[in-house]
Amino acid sequence: MQGSTADQNQADITYAATIETSEHHSEHPDLRLFGFIVFLVSESMLFLGLFVAYFAFRVVTPDWPPEGTDELELLLPGINTIILISSSFVIHRADTAIKKSGDVKAARLWFVITIAMGATFLAGQLYEYNHLGFGLTTNLFASTFYLLTGFHGLHVFVGLLLMSAVLWRSRVPGHYSETNHFGIEATEVYWHFVDVIWIILFLILYIL
Amino acid sequence: MKIPTAILTLIVGILITLASLWVSQNNGVLLPIAAAAEAAEIDRLFAAMMAIATGLFLLVQGALLYSLLAFRRKPDDETDADPVHGNVSLEIVWTAIPAMLVLWLGIYSFDVYQSIDSVGTMGSHNMAHQHGDMEMVAVENGPDAARLTADQGALSPDSLSQAVATEAVEPLQVNVDGLQYAWLFTYPDTGIISGELHLPVNRPVTLNITARDVIHAFWVPEFRLKQDAVPGQVTHLNFQPTEEGVYPVICAELCGAYHGAMKTRSIVHSGAEYQAWVDSQLVASQSRETMAQSVDSMSPLEHHVAAMGMPHHLHDLSPHQSDLAQAGNSHSES
Amino acid sequence: MTEAQAHHLDEVEVTPWREYFSFSTDHKVIGIQYLVTSFVFYLIGGLLAELVRTELATPASDFVSRETYNELFTMHATIMIFLWIIPTLTGGFGNFLVPLMIGARDMAFPKLNAIAFWIIPPTSILLLLSFFVGPASAGWTSYPPLSLMTNKAGEAIWILGVILLGTSSIMAGLNFLVTILKMRIPSMTLNDMPLFCWAMLATSALQLIATPVLSGAMVLLGFDLLVGTNFFNPAGGGDPIVYQHMFWFYSHPAVYIMILPAFGLISEILPVHARKPIFGYQAIAYSSIAISFLGLIVWAHHMFTSGTPDWLRMFFMIATMVIAVPTGIKVFSWVATVWGGKLHLCSAMLFGMAFVSMFVVGGLSGVMVASVPFDIHVHDTYFVVAHLHYVLFGGSVFGIYAGLYQWFPKMTGRMLNEFWGKVHFAMTFVGFNICFLPMHVLGLQGMNRRIAEYDPKFAALNVVCTIGSYLLAVSTVPFMVNAVWSWIAGPKANSNPWKGLTLEWTVPSPPPVENFEEDPVLVIGPYDYGTPKALDVVAATLAPPPPALVGEGSE
Repeated sequence: MQGSTADQNQADITYAATIETSEHHSEHPDLRLFGFIVFLVSESMLFLGLFVAYFAFRVVTPDWPPEGTDELELLLPGINTIILISSSFVIHRADTAIKKSGDVKAARLWFVITIAMGATFLAGQLYEYNHLGFGLTTNLFASTFYLLTGFHGLHVFVGLLLMSAVLWRSRVPGHYSETNHFGIEATEVYWHFVDVIWIILFLILYIL
Repeated sequence: MKIPTAILTLIVGILITLASLWVSQNNGVLLPIAAAAEAAEIDRLFAAMMAIATGLFLLVQGALLYSLLAFRRKPDDETDADPVHGNVSLEIVWTAIPAMLVLWLGIYSFDVYQSIDSVGTMGSHNMAHQHGDMEMVAVENGPDAARLTADQGALSPDSLSQAVATEAVEPLQVNVDGLQYAWLFTYPDTGIISGELHLPVNRPVTLNITARDVIHAFWVPEFRLKQDAVPGQVTHLNFQPTEEGVYPVICAELCGAYHGAMKTRSIVHSGAEYQAWVDSQLVASQSRETMAQSVDSMSPLEHHVAAMGMPHHLHDLSPHQSDLAQAGNSHSES
Repeated sequence: MTEAQAHHLDEVEVTPWREYFSFSTDHKVIGIQYLVTSFVFYLIGGLLAELVRTELATPASDFVSRETYNELFTMHATIMIFLWIIPTLTGGFGNFLVPLMIGARDMAFPKLNAIAFWIIPPTSILLLLSFFVGPASAGWTSYPPLSLMTNKAGEAIWILGVILLGTSSIMAGLNFLVTILKMRIPSMTLNDMPLFCWAMLATSALQLIATPVLSGAMVLLGFDLLVGTNFFNPAGGGDPIVYQHMFWFYSHPAVYIMILPAFGLISEILPVHARKPIFGYQAIAYSSIAISFLGLIVWAHHMFTSGTPDWLRMFFMIATMVIAVPTGIKVFSWVATVWGGKLHLCSAMLFGMAFVSMFVVGGLSGVMVASVPFDIHVHDTYFVVAHLHYVLFGGSVFGIYAGLYQWFPKMTGRMLNEFWGKVHFAMTFVGFNICFLPMHVLGLQGMNRRIAEYDPKFAALNVVCTIGSYLLAVSTVPFMVNAVWSWIAGPKANSNPWKGLTLEWTVPSPPPVENFEEDPVLVIGPYDYGTPKALDVVAATLAPPPPALVGEGSE
């Protein structure tokens, strides 16, 4: 669907370009969202590589987690998971608001709530880190745990930055509208991506 | 006289085939002598691949060279050539033939791989079954624990009967340790430790290979066999030397500054010679054990290392530590 | 130093030279920035290779210290792969040609494009500066645990460098993928695209899928090195083999990232100078995609001796051999393209045909090393060194040279000198074969790679290799002199000196900013030589008098 609409645009735009030849580059259709999704596909390969490495380490290590390593608590991460998954629905409201009616105010509100939920998630992660009985270099299990969750946490943090940037830009009236909302849409897609990564992480680290 | 194209093509085809066949018979100079049963198999595979490669090489290079000479643009000819866009049947042919060739080569390689794997009789197959070709070793136990289980596995009644069924001769077990920058060969049956690999001719050998520090690779070009020595894991090589002689043992995986100097010898003896060597080593090690109580003498390995001008960082191998397996243990635990 | 040299090559009119040192978003400027920068690194990497070959001229380790030797070949490979071949083929030719060939005014994301380029100069300087602290010396493969034990600072810089260059490569790949899929003129379907664009499409998919995994491996390796985790260190329970899998999951596709664009260049060059359509357009186009896909599932053939399980070895052996089929299709199609043509044997064509000829050697030895039992013998020997240089030098670098001769007029508006081009070709071709052909024998005979000292019985052939390498070094001189001289004072090039049919030849040389005054409409396929229409199209490209357009790019 994405592709077909873009193609349509492309045809229109290039005809327009034939008429007025200016030196600006912004004449071709808006490919940013398509590009961003391609980027996320690439980014997911990074996580895929790390996940597969995690399983490889797990397979070659006789006891996983090694004896003497604290069992991972499920309660806090469970709550965290629920918060993060819910935040995906919250951010989607922002997307709907801007697309349906160009309601920047509503979109801002939903973004603020999503930021709060994301920040809560990060705080929960930090709390968990502080109360775990093992450190980054304790053993292979601990290292993979911190690396995977930390890498994901970094992505959550970047998501928070993106949302803050959208909020900052939305001060300017008309920066986002029904038709022009790349920032909001891309941030939403990114947030869903981070969410999906977390679900996989939660499953392989805590449940399996 | 104008010779028809079909005949020319036929002649060229025959010539290329003859050249390929000649190469398949005369590529021996390219390889060192084959000193193991496995080497002969691999050389036959090499010969077959060389034959195919020669044929394709001549075909492509010949066509290019001929084009270069025959299809040059005439100086004042500014026109284009005939617009030939493709030829479906030709394209099918040159897709199908290479496809069949690689399929055949794949099957042939698989076959050779199977057979070189089983030449080592009980070694490879039992171990492959029970432990896999690669074993990840629990660090607490160290690599030698896995070797122990491997040896026990080999001696279990089930696998023994299998072995008897295939071949009566039990393979000689040698534990190989790679370390910067030397090889250590331990013979678990006799407790002999050597810096050189001594093997009896025509007896299957199983090498259980590991490394102390970084990844090394055990390679004897004359055996055509290579296996990485990975710290924390035990890998295996099974083969049967068939030619007496002295061959280089080379480290084939970059292991540090003196990688190029990490060499020793593999000596394939006749049965009697080998026994004599074993006896002499046993005597030597006994006398050394008594000496070692007081004198800080050098183990054969250290002599060897010193002779090769390599740094003396092998202090963890104290000479009286005749069981180097322990050294391996403590090393991997630390 | 790099800036100074780039400066030297760049100080020529047309686009004002300052533009080439600026954060320009013009794809043509970026393309030339890539080409010049990476050529400088080709010279640096080549210098390192000459030092390596000088050490190997004698069996003993007597020219540089053993530690230095390891640093030299490590940095040689790193520079040649990450700073020469990949940036030249994707960044250089890709940037310059893809938008022109598909009738676009620029890449999809010009700023991202400029960022991707400008990551390279600081990163490369950082890598070079690591020579002051002792650069990485564990080979470009950087296998742990060795890489965790030698030259820590250099290794850390190396890891950072690879992550940054990987990021640059991902950005470039993203840009190409979107540009090729979305920015073509409406009249150009995928099957009307020049084959270079097909090759770049396949390449960019590989960059996007494979490179992140390398970044992941580098992050883990970096943690092992700097923080003291034990992902890959067996002393702490880690597994070095996992690193090898992650590394080769990128680095085998990297071979295709380095060769697919060269395939594309050759598919452009051969038909123009043979005055004949490319033979089997679709077969060549789709085989690029097939190679790209297969390239992702063959990585473990670099690890046949690592103790991989049998079934894995067999799977990767078969998958690797299967790649020979699409590759063979390409080679045969090129030969058939040349066959029966009216060959214009200019320097570009000579390099193009030599590419096919040399790549075949690398391809055949590639099938041989794919066979597990044989690979067990030659793995990590000079046979592999010979094989990879036949692919990456005889393939990629010959392809790059062919491309440079082909598009130099388009890029600079000046013609290169043909006589010195042929001298350059002859020296490169002869030097290359003298240098690398004997290495096959050395490897088979038992000379392992990455060694500073070797058995004296290999001395004679090594001397031959070293002489060949010196000839190769000298061969760059006529090229550089020719390029610099022609760029300044070469005869002016018209818009279509080779009478090509692809879109880049319809615009003036050098093309103006934004390329096309109005969107071109496709009237002929990219390779429809020999048709009456082709004559008209070529005549049309030559019709507008070039003088009116001189200096067009300098606004």
